[in-house]
Amino acid sequence: MAVIRDVMPAFLLLQPNSVAEAQNLLEQHSDDAWVLAGGLDSFDWLKDRIKRPKAVVDLSGIDELKGIRTTSDGIEIGAMTTLTAVVQHPAIKEKYGVLAEAASVVASPQIRNQGTLGGNVSQDTRCWYYRAGWPCYRAGGNICYADTPEGRNREHAILHADRCVAVNPSDTAPALIALDAKFVISTRKGERIVDAEDYFVGPDIDITRLHILQPGDLLTAIRIPSTWAGAKFYFEKVRDRNVWDFPLLNIAAAMVVSGDKIERIRIAVNAAAARPLRLRAVEDAVRGMPPNAATGEMAGKLAVRGAVPLQFNAYKIPLMRNLVKRGIGGVQEATWAS
Amino acid sequence: MGFLEWVLQWATDPWGRSVPIHIAWFLIWVSAIAGLLFLIVHATYVRYFARPRQFAAEAPHAQASAIPARVPRHSIAARLFHWIMALAMLTLLSTAFLPKVGFQFPWVTYHWIAGTVLTASIIFHIFHASFWLDFWAIWPDRVDLTDAGNRVLRFIGRSAPPPRKFAKYPLENKLYHGAIIAAGLAVIVTGVFMMLRVRTIFFPRNPYLFSDMTWGMTYVLHGLAGVGLIALITVHIYFAVRPEKIPITKSMIFGWMSRDFYLEEHDPQRWAVDAAASSRESTGVEA
Repeated sequence: MAVIRDVMPAFLLLQPNSVAEAQNLLEQHSDDAWVLAGGLDSFDWLKDRIKRPKAVVDLSGIDELKGIRTTSDGIEIGAMTTLTAVVQHPAIKEKYGVLAEAASVVASPQIRNQGTLGGNVSQDTRCWYYRAGWPCYRAGGNICYADTPEGRNREHAILHADRCVAVNPSDTAPALIALDAKFVISTRKGERIVDAEDYFVGPDIDITRLHILQPGDLLTAIRIPSTWAGAKFYFEKVRDRNVWDFPLLNIAAAMVVSGDKIERIRIAVNAAAARPLRLRAVEDAVRGMPPNAATGEMAGKLAVRGAVPLQFNAYKIPLMRNLVKRGIGGVQEATWAS
Repeated sequence: MGFLEWVLQWATDPWGRSVPIHIAWFLIWVSAIAGLLFLIVHATYVRYFARPRQFAAEAPHAQASAIPARVPRHSIAARLFHWIMALAMLTLLSTAFLPKVGFQFPWVTYHWIAGTVLTASIIFHIFHASFWLDFWAIWPDRVDLTDAGNRVLRFIGRSAPPPRKFAKYPLENKLYHGAIIAAGLAVIVTGVFMMLRVRTIFFPRNPYLFSDMTWGMTYVLHGLAGVGLIALITVHIYFAVRPEKIPITKSMIFGWMSRDFYLEEHDPQRWAVDAAASSRESTGVEA
């Protein structure tokens, strides 16, 4: 683990009051700018002196980025809305419970009071080699220290690794993918709206980022359509300790059951790869089948096809298989038939 | 900032040593601009300033009348090698550098597959050229060097005899081939080692094969040779589409050049054509 030092190096602190002003500042400082949301990821980087931005654009003074609004087709959550506000919002609890549940298990209550939804989905990976400032692929270098015979890679990727084996640590990301959320991004060319799953990138596309935001871009809001409102949800996060920890794996599922058949389903896992993975093959396979243990077992086996364990994280394969099974069949049917 | 700090990217390894990790990526643009500048200057010179070429008068070749209408130049094997290598090279360049200039796509797998194809094709070429082709035809000989000196003297206005016509390949071709050998072998040798750092079907990964410094220099050499190839390939394509070189380009497609072009450019005494090969050419037998 990196040693957090005494104070942060000096930087220019910019505190805009509007998205337009923030956008201007980001364009003005471009690669030298650092976007500060809740600060929980950022201050690690800054105090460790691993990242040394010349300017920090603090979004906390922008009211239009905060709050949860009901729209004609669902809800819109400002990117600077705290995780606590998401957890406690009645409409989210009632109709989009999987998001409330996911947000409720992020870190600790204090962190949820300060941390934001936008920050949670945009946070950087927790790979300690990367966060210690070593010149790995993700830091622009030419090696992955975790993907070595003796590398400490218990928490790392089992799927879609490409040179870098770091994983995305967000808990809310799979829930937003399951809810078919749309991410609203303010860019130099105007507003851009992308599907939640397309907000994230793997190392095969961009090895230095976990998301598609480029310098100057700003995530402003997350829109959740009513498509999955009130569906049957499942969220589970597995971590080493039950408070204040990042996921070893998590899973989010939204399912509409008609009769005893799965009519519609969206299911996503995180911390298995550098991006949250929507399990499309699983969705296709279980549609029209009963949401029971047998279907879950089949889905679990399908979900881990192609997984490549590292030296110390093979446990993630049965873990993911089980989580997928539970995501479809439920916890009460977690026993494996074979 | 020293020159090496400027043209290379450096990092501090876990043991606190400063090691190179890559070339500085602005060198992509340096190479691309250098290639474009070359072709602009060359095209301008040829269009407005170049004097008509003069070759030394040659004694009538006894067998000129026996030269076939279609002079075989490249066998089917040689042509296939060239175009496979070209496809691999263009794939390698585009997968290597497009992501660096903003076009993001999953490039690594395409890159090492293209690199494998290039390596296999080069190994084939080395054996093919060594045992089935005239190995020395692509290397500069004494006549090339003497004529090059004379051409330089005539270019600067000094008195010198006109150069002789070319052998199978002009000196410029031979020098270009030499540059491609240097850059190509550098990217291939470094690239094969770099495949030990990614997941391929060939080797188990071994990132500890070299020290950080050696790995860094491997990446730097790969990058320098790679960006060098941007300029080299640009220049090659430029010459391939120049009007006066089209017969040579066509010979790389169809395998032959016309008797008129052959007699205009080449010295039958330096590049003897086997008339009988003309008929064999279409069957793919090497001339």
